[in-house]
Amino acid sequence: MDLTLAWAAIIALGVLMYVVLDGFDLGIGILFPLFPDEHDRDVMMNTVAPVWDGNETWLVLGGAGLFAAFPMLYSTVLSALYLPLVLMLVCLIFRGVSFEIRAKASRTKHLWDLAFIGGSAGATFFQGVALGAFLDGIPVADGRFSGDAFGWFTPFSMFTGAALVVTYALLGCCWLIAKTEGDLQRRFYRIVWPLTVLQLATIAVVSIWTPFQDQGIAMRWFDSPLFYRLLPVPVLVVACAWIMRRSIRSRHERRPFAMALGFVLLGFAGLVVSISPQEVLPGVSLWDAAAPRSSQLFTIVGAAVILPVIVAYTTLGYWVFRGKVRHGEHHYH
Amino acid sequence: MQSTQEALDLARIQFAFTVSFHIIFPALSIGLASFIAVLEGAWLKTGKPVYKELCLFWSKVFAVAFGMGVVSGVVMSYEFGTNWGGFSSFAGPITGPLLTYEVMTAFFLEAGFLGIMLFGWNKVGRKAHFGATLMVAIGTLISTFWILASNSWMQTPQGFRIEGDHVVPVDWFAIIFNPSFPYRLTHMAIAAFIVAGLVVAATGAWHLLKGRRDPAIKKMFSMALWLLLVLTPVQAIVGDAHGINTREHQPAKIAAIEGLWDTEQGGTALNLFGIPDMEAETTKYAVSIPHLGSLILTHSWDGEIRGLKSFPKEDRPNSTVVFWSFRIMAGLGVLMIAMSAAAWMLRRRGRLYESRWFLRFTLAMGPTGFITLLAGWVTTEAGRQPWVVYGVMRTADAVSPVTAQQVGVSLLVFVIVYTLVFGTGIYYLLKLLKHGPALPGTTTRAPDMDDAGHTARRPLSAVTQSIEGA
Ligand code: HDD
Ligand code: HEM
Ligand code: HEM
Repeated sequence: MDLTLAWAAIIALGVLMYVVLDGFDLGIGILFPLFPDEHDRDVMMNTVAPVWDGNETWLVLGGAGLFAAFPMLYSTVLSALYLPLVLMLVCLIFRGVSFEIRAKASRTKHLWDLAFIGGSAGATFFQGVALGAFLDGIPVADGRFSGDAFGWFTPFSMFTGAALVVTYALLGCCWLIAKTEGDLQRRFYRIVWPLTVLQLATIAVVSIWTPFQDQGIAMRWFDSPLFYRLLPVPVLVVACAWIMRRSIRSRHERRPFAMALGFVLLGFAGLVVSISPQEVLPGVSLWDAAAPRSSQLFTIVGAAVILPVIVAYTTLGYWVFRGKVRHGEHHYH
Repeated sequence: MQSTQEALDLARIQFAFTVSFHIIFPALSIGLASFIAVLEGAWLKTGKPVYKELCLFWSKVFAVAFGMGVVSGVVMSYEFGTNWGGFSSFAGPITGPLLTYEVMTAFFLEAGFLGIMLFGWNKVGRKAHFGATLMVAIGTLISTFWILASNSWMQTPQGFRIEGDHVVPVDWFAIIFNPSFPYRLTHMAIAAFIVAGLVVAATGAWHLLKGRRDPAIKKMFSMALWLLLVLTPVQAIVGDAHGINTREHQPAKIAAIEGLWDTEQGGTALNLFGIPDMEAETTKYAVSIPHLGSLILTHSWDGEIRGLKSFPKEDRPNSTVVFWSFRIMAGLGVLMIAMSAAAWMLRRRGRLYESRWFLRFTLAMGPTGFITLLAGWVTTEAGRQPWVVYGVMRTADAVSPVTAQQVGVSLLVFVIVYTLVFGTGIYYLLKLLKHGPALPGTTTRAPDMDDAGHTARRPLSAVTQSIEGA
């Protein structure tokens, strides 16, 4: 078996899990400004309070997995994206701490609300920027990053940053539809369609912009048998949007979330085919960047055994906290 | 060249700053998690409400400490790549897998069961809840295991070979169970329990001084002091063994710790105090006790200890720093032993909760666990210099190809944000401690606390064990 490819798959899966899980919980922070009422905000936050830490752990797994299986990629990509990543981490600090402290503060509660909003939106934006900058291509020479400090700052990366904010907001909104009821839920139903339209627009722009941005990606998309396999993607996006519209009309509670996941999956599929294993970085293949076999083997044995267990107890956690969260119900410790 | 030197210095300061902040929180949460598990177990077994009250109270403190440990830890896991690119691509094949195992076996376990531990009181049964608490406590210890395996390997590397520009792991067992690992793991785990024990004891002392004398306060005060009575002497013994091990594997570090310049024949004295001067190659104003150095570090009357001059200048760690950081740690360690012994004596005379000087002393000792912990880490890490992987890779080659400006700006951002965020976090922790556990049988709320996070409103005795949930 090709361990390098297997590791690439595990990391891709970890990133996908992260985007899905932390996506909706960052999205809640992004939606906060639209819901100024303190009690509404309590409910919104309580829907994720028991699970946010586990969600964020997938990000740590992504980082650590990259470090273990592709140390060279880890060190070049992280050096290249130094500033956006540091800013993302700072935003995550603000947000994580506000989970603990907002509920305990009284005079400064509004400040912690701001920290939660800024932290969530900022972390999302810089994740999107990092993604865009990576697609833009990272200059390397002799196996080290050779660009400058602001190489990541491009119109494309700014746009992908904003696009991710929309994606997470939509995920958050759909999650909240499933977890709330009554008047609050009605207000989420009201904003979910405009968010979907925005999402469709960002998907369209990113899909057109990406191949222009990078010759290699354009080639992979259009000049290869991949093209035919990618053809269904736009069709499926439209189908998702249509189902979304219908389930909002019929006040379906869970299906909007499934459709939002659909957008994420389709976007992710587009992303995965855009990254060529032959050339993850300019002139560097996945195999060039890989850790020695003994490192990959040691870690994958553990991953094969432990990851399914993790998925099992994570599911258990969600199951314990299933169902609606209500006003005044503080299931805080 | 100059700017790379600057970037290196800034990267080191940034790393030391962020990891020092980080370690404070995990140390407290490692200790508290086990303490809470013991309390909950005692409650299940005896049914006494006092254990339940304490369990709920310390869970709230734990939640805040844990949250801050998580967010400061996420920064650490990315900092290896952002600041230490050279190190990550060179040593990544070994430290990467160790970190990945930590994520898979510890972080997910903690995070997965934390929700149930904190929010699940009336969502799952008592036994299931206890199970979740145990998982969290075990998770923190597994975490300690892996991160210290990684750090110890950097201190005393083995089980690998070098191929091209990176290491290749050859024997994972040798890598994990490297020579300094058993000592460092034991010493650190005990340190975490001591840190938490001192915080619990000081909180108890504060409330006793303020006149609260209900069973919960007395119970936690007494439990913490029993723990400290056992652990502080054990820690000194383990520390001593740790030092002997270090003399064998990192002799330059020991020479720097002792401020010892010449290799002496026929027994080495111990410098109690002094100021090691790196330029003049001597320890000024030294106050020393003959033969004690040999006695402690070799357990023999005239065992030989190598002096710093026997190492090339560029291979010497900064003796001025580690000489003092070590003495701060060991000195405070002795003070802790004295405190625990005093507690024991007072207890035998039945005056443990009455003696005001002792209560004040215990209160003052509250933060010393953290100081000792940091002093110990500074000794370990600064004493390893100039190597990042001992004898294999120099710190100067470990830094990322980023500019001094970038590192400088991010350092500034970290300092401001950490001070602000963790400063307020610590403020709330202190407020929680000041509030103390709920009074028995009451449902009052502290006037200065918001109601949202309050446990006293849901006495567990009233829990209806419903699984219905939704
Ligand atoms: C509450 C915490 C605490 C206490 C009371 C002590 N230590 Fe400690 N010490 C630590 C917390 C710590 C630490 C922070 O956990 C370190 C840093 C790295 C490590 O493994 O443990 C450490 C490192 C450390 C080292 C460095 C080893 C190396 O890296 O090569 C030595 C030689 C000692 N200790 C010895 C002692 C002695 C002789 C003590 C008793 C008087 C003592 N420690 C008390
Ligand atoms: C530079 C080294 C370190 C890195 C990269 C690192 C990384 C991390 C990360 C990413 C987390 C958050 C995990 C989560 O998302 O749940 C974390 C938490 C934790 N770390 Fe560290 N860490 C480092 C040093 C240490 C040390 C020295 C210890 C103790 C011996 C330690 C013990 C813990 C524990 C017990 C937790 C979980 C409990 C808590 O967050 O309070 N770490 N660390
Ligand atoms: C176990 C996890 C840890 C790992 C893997 C680790 C690793 C490192 C690395 C890579 C550096 C930078 C290179 C260097 O200057 O040597 C460093 C420096 C440093 N670390 Fe740690 N560290 C760990 C835990 C800690 C903790 C908990 C502290 C707490 C105080 C600490 C204090 C320092 C200090 C003070 C330096 C700067 C030393 C100097 O440059 O003189 N480390 N460590």
